[in-house]
Amino acid sequence: MESIGDLLHGFSVVLSWQNLLYMFIGIVLGVIIGVLPGLGGANGVAILLPLTFAMPPTSAIILLSCIYWGALFGGAITSILFNIPGEPWSVATTFDGHPMAQKGQAGEALTAAFTSSFIGALFAVIVITLAAPLVADFALQFGSREKFSVFFLAFCSFVGMGKEPPAKTIGAMMLGFALAAVGLDTVTSGLRLTFGSTELIGGFDFLVAVIGLFGIGEILLTMEEGLSFKGKAAGINPAVVLQTWKGLPRYWVTMLRSCVIGCWMGITPAGATPASFMSYGIAKRTSPNGDKFGTGEIEGVIAPETAAHAAGTSALLPMLSLGVPGSPTAAVLLGGLMIWGLQPGPLLFVEQKDFVWGLIASMYLGNIVGLIVVLTMVPVFAAILRVPFGIIAPIILVICAIGAYTVHNNVFDVVMMLVFGVAGYLLKKCNYPLAPLVLAIVLGDRAEEAFRQSLLISGGSLLTFWSNGLVASIMTLGLIALFWPFLSKLYGRVVTPATQK
Amino acid sequence: MNPLLLRPILVAATAAFAASLHVAPAAAWDPTRNVEFIVPAGTGGGADQMARMVQGIIAKHNLMKQTMVVINKAGGAGGEGFLDIKASKGNPHKLVITLSNLFTTPLATGIPFSWKDMTPVAMLALDEFVLWVNAESPYKTTQEFLAAVKAAPPGTFKMGGTGSKQEDQIITVALEKVIGQKMTYVPYKGGGEVAVQLVGKHIDSTVNNPIEAVAQWRAGKLRPLCVFDTKVLPVTEKVSGDMSWADIPTCKSQGLDIEYLMLRGVFMPAGVSKDVVSYYVELFKKVRATPEWAQLMKDGAFNQSFMDGADYAKWVDNEEKRHRDLMKEAGFLAVN
Repeated sequence: MESIGDLLHGFSVVLSWQNLLYMFIGIVLGVIIGVLPGLGGANGVAILLPLTFAMPPTSAIILLSCIYWGALFGGAITSILFNIPGEPWSVATTFDGHPMAQKGQAGEALTAAFTSSFIGALFAVIVITLAAPLVADFALQFGSREKFSVFFLAFCSFVGMGKEPPAKTIGAMMLGFALAAVGLDTVTSGLRLTFGSTELIGGFDFLVAVIGLFGIGEILLTMEEGLSFKGKAAGINPAVVLQTWKGLPRYWVTMLRSCVIGCWMGITPAGATPASFMSYGIAKRTSPNGDKFGTGEIEGVIAPETAAHAAGTSALLPMLSLGVPGSPTAAVLLGGLMIWGLQPGPLLFVEQKDFVWGLIASMYLGNIVGLIVVLTMVPVFAAILRVPFGIIAPIILVICAIGAYTVHNNVFDVVMMLVFGVAGYLLKKCNYPLAPLVLAIVLGDRAEEAFRQSLLISGGSLLTFWSNGLVASIMTLGLIALFWPFLSKLYGRVVTPATQK
Repeated sequence: MNPLLLRPILVAATAAFAASLHVAPAAAWDPTRNVEFIVPAGTGGGADQMARMVQGIIAKHNLMKQTMVVINKAGGAGGEGFLDIKASKGNPHKLVITLSNLFTTPLATGIPFSWKDMTPVAMLALDEFVLWVNAESPYKTTQEFLAAVKAAPPGTFKMGGTGSKQEDQIITVALEKVIGQKMTYVPYKGGGEVAVQLVGKHIDSTVNNPIEAVAQWRAGKLRPLCVFDTKVLPVTEKVSGDMSWADIPTCKSQGLDIEYLMLRGVFMPAGVSKDVVSYYVELFKKVRATPEWAQLMKDGAFNQSFMDGADYAKWVDNEEKRHRDLMKEAGFLAVN
């Protein structure tokens, strides 16, 4: 096949000792960036971008994309250890990852997270290698209504399956939508819910909300429960990696499904965050251990991590072939491409073979290097939990504050983070689920924008969401997911008497 | 060594020494810490690309003793970034790059800032606007396209653009006025997304800047109809097939008398000394002299006007008045 030949050529471009060194440096830097909440991959890449102008473009993009992979890996670390998602797509990892750490299984959770990230990324790279031209065409079919249908599906597959009463889930989600609506309305250019405050015109940043709700909220809860991390007793055993690996093949169905969800969400430009939520939601519903999700199930770590990385990786394809960035990090990389004189777009694959296939080859190698780097550090990360709470809590607080500040270089965000922290604590005490709230904050404005664009185009008719096969099937899937509890009951009633006869 | 040979060397060395003294006079002002370059828009857009390009050029050619840091403050259609500059009165280490939201955001949203709250530094370039359709659409000329829009029921044709009540929608309203027919304006977040929506035929036309659409044009997916400027673009190098930027007719010549250019300029906080402003003016002159800048100007078919001082302030003042009129006419002014 032609693409295999291109890929081998790519490997020959990448496999020089300088490039391997850049790869290693990139991964280590990326992990550090991913660990610090707020200083996400986008900021990290933006800060380091000017340093790469003196390098050849291929080496530069290898360094930068490895920072991106490193940050993807690193985001899981704080989610699992401290319940602080370093990146939006790590939120779903906290649901089961952190309870695992609290049960003393931090090592297992980290190993599962890193390994499934790697598998997700690898799957996506293989898809990119084999199907690059097809994928670009498929992505072009996604207008506003198709995008909305994907968001709709993400919401629906997440609703109606929590242990919490549905009214509380919906309440939390509505609060999230309200928070997402604050700031400028992009369709009419009007200010909403800012109450004359100039601080609020930018709306609530998702990262500030998440750092507060999860990070600060968690510290408040721990303080109440007796000032100690429950994961203190975690055994530090380097063999934990191998032990966990032995158990992983059992979850191959979850992994494969999450890979597919991830790739699909990455290519349709919905991105890694909805992919991770959706994959978690579906795993919870289909797994035999579904009721135990949220209490520290390893499957609940595997599903979101695999999907997030498959999506994060496959999202680079629309960027290269269409010039539309799928994430803020990708946007900065895109700016970098222009400075190196490379024009992302349909012709990039034709005119810059060295660069494109070098980049794809570096995705394979970068993820392998990344997996080795992070896995060797698992015992070290797990050991952090042995540090007494009195020492670690102030450090986490400082890291959270710096993270919230770095999002927009704004002190007001640090105040907001504290407010969200108290709110997160109160919501948890009253048994309101935080996940739907967060999902609505992340995707609320994007879903709203896509919805209103679709209605503008259709002249106000809701039928637009059933106007072609693609959008209609996604919307119908969403409705089925939403009413699944009813449908399965109904199905049970119809089928059971029939079999009894 | 032969003294006769040594002499010219000495002379040359002395001359070089003198020259080095001459080209590096004690500067009246130099930045003493990192300079923040604020982008009042998201990552990846035209302003962001230009700011990061400037940052890269300065780092690569060592044009400044301190580092330049690019910071995106996109909230409230860029209002966040401009308010930051307004609040940093007297700070000589802060710059902001503008797009048309310098005028449109305060008018459309009522967010309280104006260019008068800032110190104008220099105009870097002007960004052009081109009317684009999908290459597979039947419209080969501006007239054919306009006739089709006119013949269809109101709102049938969808124009995609960046943002709401900003430059793209202003042009759309002007276009509607000329042809006497309504179109449906669909706002998107970024110019690249708009171009892809047109390639995917989800909308019928756009008024993308050249740099936002050039990649799709080169690949033969889009067709430029006319450019919203008084004269044709100066870049004659072939871009797509046998067409160059210079081959796109002006809209005026096609019976669409609309001219619109977008400012890519630099401002800084009020209350800074003249030395500070002239330092940055000189800095940007050096940036503009580099080959990387020339390449960016060519790729994006920019209008390479440069202005500083009173000329620039006057130009901005006129432009603000023009935007106020255009937006008033379109009914885009904030109610409060």
